[in-house]
Amino acid sequence: MADLGNPMIRMPAHAKKGEVVEVRSLIMNPMTTGLQKNKEGKLIPAHFIQTVTATFDGKPLCHLDWSTAISANPYLAFKMRAERSGTLAMTWKDNQGGSWTAEAKITVA
Amino acid sequence: MERRKFLKQSVLVSALVSTGSALLPSLARAANVPGWPAKEFDAKVLDQAMHDSIGTTTVPESAAVHLTAPTIAENGAAVPVTVDVDHPMTADNYIDAVFLYVDHNPTPLASAFFFSPENGRAYFQQRIKMAKTDMVRAVARTNKGELMGSKPQEVKVTIGGCGG
Repeated sequence: MADLGNPMIRMPAHAKKGEVVEVRSLIMNPMTTGLQKNKEGKLIPAHFIQTVTATFDGKPLCHLDWSTAISANPYLAFKMRAERSGTLAMTWKDNQGGSWTAEAKITVA
Repeated sequence: MERRKFLKQSVLVSALVSTGSALLPSLARAANVPGWPAKEFDAKVLDQAMHDSIGTTTVPESAAVHLTAPTIAENGAAVPVTVDVDHPMTADNYIDAVFLYVDHNPTPLASAFFFSPENGRAYFQQRIKMAKTDMVRAVARTNKGELMGSKPQEVKVTIGGCGG
């Protein structure tokens, strides 16, 4: 099995109040569909991230539902309006019980 | 074995076999993350996927919904797609969701993104798999339930993204 998890978030450490900043994230996951066969002709079980949630200081910011059509080791970028300093947390959950969380802090001046 | 007993058992076995095949999909997904909409993602054709996710198959196109994808993708396993919606993101008027579809993928609904006004912009970028040359489309929904579709964009895929 390739690496699993190891979530990363990149976003600016500083922003002006009200500025819309870009959040970029990456996590390792095979994102297999359950439709492919291995070399022995057996189906490779589906293994993919189904939900991604983002909170800012514990308050829900956004969430996504993903299908098996998302590429392996999913990259995701989205935006956030920086109104105050705080911590962005993202959690990824897959269909095999995997759950990973990463955090990033931002200082708003 | 008594004939009667044997018959009973064979009925039971065939019943198990037939329900077993019906049970397989749910068993395979026994570990679905709570709240993940399996029905929408299991739909096999675009109309069904749209119906299950947004309740309709006809969505007016809007120039406000910008969908960016390459016109030619050498690798269908990782096609970068960006959606950016020109729309206010205020407490009482915002984009609450964007659905992304690939018309002829085995399951056309690729993702559903749910925003809050605090996002500041209904924008995302991710990489998707495409089985073959196909149309990609995004549908944005406002918090009032209004639907706006992007112009569908064709991506020519040289090598399909579903392996095998």
